[in-house]
Amino acid sequence: MKTLYTAAAAAALTVGLGATAAQAGETFDAVKERGELVCGVHTGLAGFSAPDEQGNWSGLDVDVCRAVAAAVFGDSEKVKYVPLSAQQRLTALQAGEVDVLARNTTHTLTRDTANGLNFLPVNYYDGQGFMVRKDLGVDSARQLDGATVCVQTGTTTELNLADYFRANNMQLNPLTIEAFEEVNAAYASGRCDALTSDTSQLAAIRANDLPNPDDHVILPELISKEPLAPAVRHGDDQWFDAVKWVLHAMVDAEEMGITSENVDQVKAETDNPNVKRLLGATPGMGEALGLPNEWAYNVISQVGNYGQSFERNVGQDSPLNLERGLNALWTDGGLQYAPPAR
Amino acid sequence: MRQEERDARNPAYTHIEEPDEPTAGHPTQRVWDMLGWTKKHLFSSIPNTIATLVCLYLLWLIIPPFLDWAFLSAIWSSDTPDACKVDGAGACWAFVEQKHRFILFGLYPFDEQWRPMTAVVLFIAALAASCYPPFWSKWLIPLWAVVLTVCGVLMYGGVFGMTYVDNTQWGGVPLTLILSVTGIGLAFPLAVLLALGRRSNLPAIKTICVTFIELIRGVPLISVLFMASIMFPLFMPEGVTVDKLLRAIVGIMLFTSAYLAEAIRGGLQSLPRGQYEAADSLGLSYWQKTRLIVLPQALRIVIPPLVNQFISTFKDTSLVIIIGLFDLLTSAKTALADPEWRQFYAESYIFAAILYFSFAFFMSRYSQFLERRLNAGTRR
Repeated sequence: MKTLYTAAAAAALTVGLGATAAQAGETFDAVKERGELVCGVHTGLAGFSAPDEQGNWSGLDVDVCRAVAAAVFGDSEKVKYVPLSAQQRLTALQAGEVDVLARNTTHTLTRDTANGLNFLPVNYYDGQGFMVRKDLGVDSARQLDGATVCVQTGTTTELNLADYFRANNMQLNPLTIEAFEEVNAAYASGRCDALTSDTSQLAAIRANDLPNPDDHVILPELISKEPLAPAVRHGDDQWFDAVKWVLHAMVDAEEMGITSENVDQVKAETDNPNVKRLLGATPGMGEALGLPNEWAYNVISQVGNYGQSFERNVGQDSPLNLERGLNALWTDGGLQYAPPAR
Repeated sequence: MRQEERDARNPAYTHIEEPDEPTAGHPTQRVWDMLGWTKKHLFSSIPNTIATLVCLYLLWLIIPPFLDWAFLSAIWSSDTPDACKVDGAGACWAFVEQKHRFILFGLYPFDEQWRPMTAVVLFIAALAASCYPPFWSKWLIPLWAVVLTVCGVLMYGGVFGMTYVDNTQWGGVPLTLILSVTGIGLAFPLAVLLALGRRSNLPAIKTICVTFIELIRGVPLISVLFMASIMFPLFMPEGVTVDKLLRAIVGIMLFTSAYLAEAIRGGLQSLPRGQYEAADSLGLSYWQKTRLIVLPQALRIVIPPLVNQFISTFKDTSLVIIIGLFDLLTSAKTALADPEWRQFYAESYIFAAILYFSFAFFMSRYSQFLERRLNAGTRR
C-alpha cells in the first residue's frame, strides 16, 4: 500500500513536472538536466543486451547507451536501463519514456515515418537465413521445397519465411513454436529439417546449443535484410546529431586504429589532424555537437571502438563467437562506414 | 485433571473433528482391504485391467527417467556450465545455484539485495500472522501499516544510509508479490462496491457498475495491460509519463475487481430474502444492513470462488512480461539470456514453477481451512 501511495505521489509529481519539461521541449536539454541517460533495451538477448547474475547490463546495444552517456556526461555508468518488450518499444520512445532506443530494432520505412522514429547508424547488419543438418545434403535454400522448417511465432521471421517460400513456388511445412529455447530444442531433436532465424542467432545457436556444431551448416541465402539500428524520436535534431556522431566516432576510431588501450598514448603522440580533431586535441568538434570537447575520447576510453565492442559482446571474445561478416569495416569488405569527423 | 473434565472446561476440546477417513481396523484387515480395493477398482474387468496395466507401464516409462534426471544424475553445484554438458548429465541445478539471486530479485542492485529479502520475509511473516485466527484483532491494522511502511522504505531506500532504488529496478519475487497483493488488496473493496452497486435500485449507479464489469470482463487481462502500457502513454501529452509499475497495478486491480464483483454478487444473491426483510424490519439502514447482515454471510459463501480468483490473479501477474516488468517469470526467462547457460531452460522454469506452486498451494489450503472454520456453524 505504501508502495502505491509513493508511486501515486510520484505519478502526480511526474504529471505536474512533465508539463513544464515538455515546454522546455528538447530531449537533449532534458537529458543534460537529468544527469542520466534513459535507454530502452531488450529484456534479455544474448550479446545485444542482457543482465548478468548481478544485474549488470552488457551487450552491443547496451554499449550504445554507455557510449552516449560517456559522450554526454563523461561517465558511461550514468545510464538507467529500461527493459522493453517488442510490443512496447516504439511507444516507449514515442511517449518519451526513453531517450534512446537501443533494442535490436530493424530500420524500416514505416517505423521511420509513421512511428516517428529517427534511426541512427546501423550497429548490426543482420539478415534472416536457414540452418540445416549437413547430412541433409542441401547447399541452397532453394532446395528446401517441402521441408519442415522450425520458426518462432509472432515475429517478422515467420512472415518472411512464408513470403520467401511463396515467391519461389515452394511447399512450406512450418513448425511454429512460441519460445526461443524450444524452437532450438525442436531443431536439435530433429523435429524439423531446417531452422530459420536471423543469421546472428543461428550462428549463436550452432555454437552454444547444438551438441555437434560441425554437423550443421548455415545456408548462404539471406531472405531478408535486417539492419538493426538504435533510434531516437522525432523533434530534436541536435540530440539526433549528437547520438549519431557517437556511433560514427566508434567506427572512425576503429578505422584509425584507436582502442581503449592505446587512446591515451595516441592522443599524446599523434600528429594526424583527423585523430586530433576526433579526440579533442584540436577543439571544435564537441562544441559543434553540443557535447564536451572530450566526448569521443571518453567514448573510446570507457567503451572502446566499434570493433572492440563487437568482439567483446558478440564476436571472438564472447560465447556467441560471430564473424564480423557484413559488420566489418568498409576497408575490410564490410558495410561499417562512418563519415569523417571534421 | 481427567481428560473429560478438561474437555468440558475448554470449549476448544469439545469441538469434534470429522474423521478424514474411516478408522483403520486390524493391520491384517487393512492389507486385505487394500487388496480388495485394488481388485475392485483396478482389475474389475478385462478393459479395466488393460487400462491399469497400460497406465502402470506409462508411469514406469516416465517416472524412473525423470527421477534419474532430476535427482540421481543431476549436477547440483558448478561454477561453469561445462560440468552439465557432459554425456549422461541430468538436470543442471547448478544453473539455479548460479542464477538464483537474479531469478529471485531481478535487476535489484546486487549488493542491496538483503533489502528485498528482508522485505519479503517481513511481509510473509505478517501475512502468516494475519492468517492465524488467534491473532485476529484490531491490532492487525497498525501492524500492517508498520510492515508496509518498512517494506516500502526497504524497497525504495533513500533514507538511513540506504541508496535509492527506483521501482523500475525491482524484480523477481518481491515484484510478483507487490503486483498480486496490491492488485488483490485494492480490487477487493472495489469489487464489493461494484457487486452492491450492480444490485442497487439507483439506475445511475447500477448502469455504471454493469458497464464497468461487462467492459472489463469482456477483454483479456493481456489487453488491459497492453492498453495501460502502450495505448495510455500515447493519449498523454508529450513528456508526461506515469510510473510503469503503477500502470500495471491499476490494470491488474481493475481486471480483478470485475471478476471478484461477479463472484461476490453470487454470494449476495444466494442469501435468503428473509435475511434482507428481517434486517429491514429491525429498522437497520442500508449500510448497517449491508455491513452487519448481508456481507458477513455473503462473503463466507463465496470463499471458494474468491480464492480461486486470488490464485488466478497471482499467476496472471506473470503476464506483465509483455510490458517489460521483471516479475518472477520474466527474471527466470532473462536468466536464460546468458548464452553459456541458456540450454538449461527446463531447470529455470521448474524453479519458477516450484515457487509459484508453493504460494498457490498455500492459498488453496488456507482457504479450505478458513471455509471449515467460518462455516462450522452452518455445515450441511
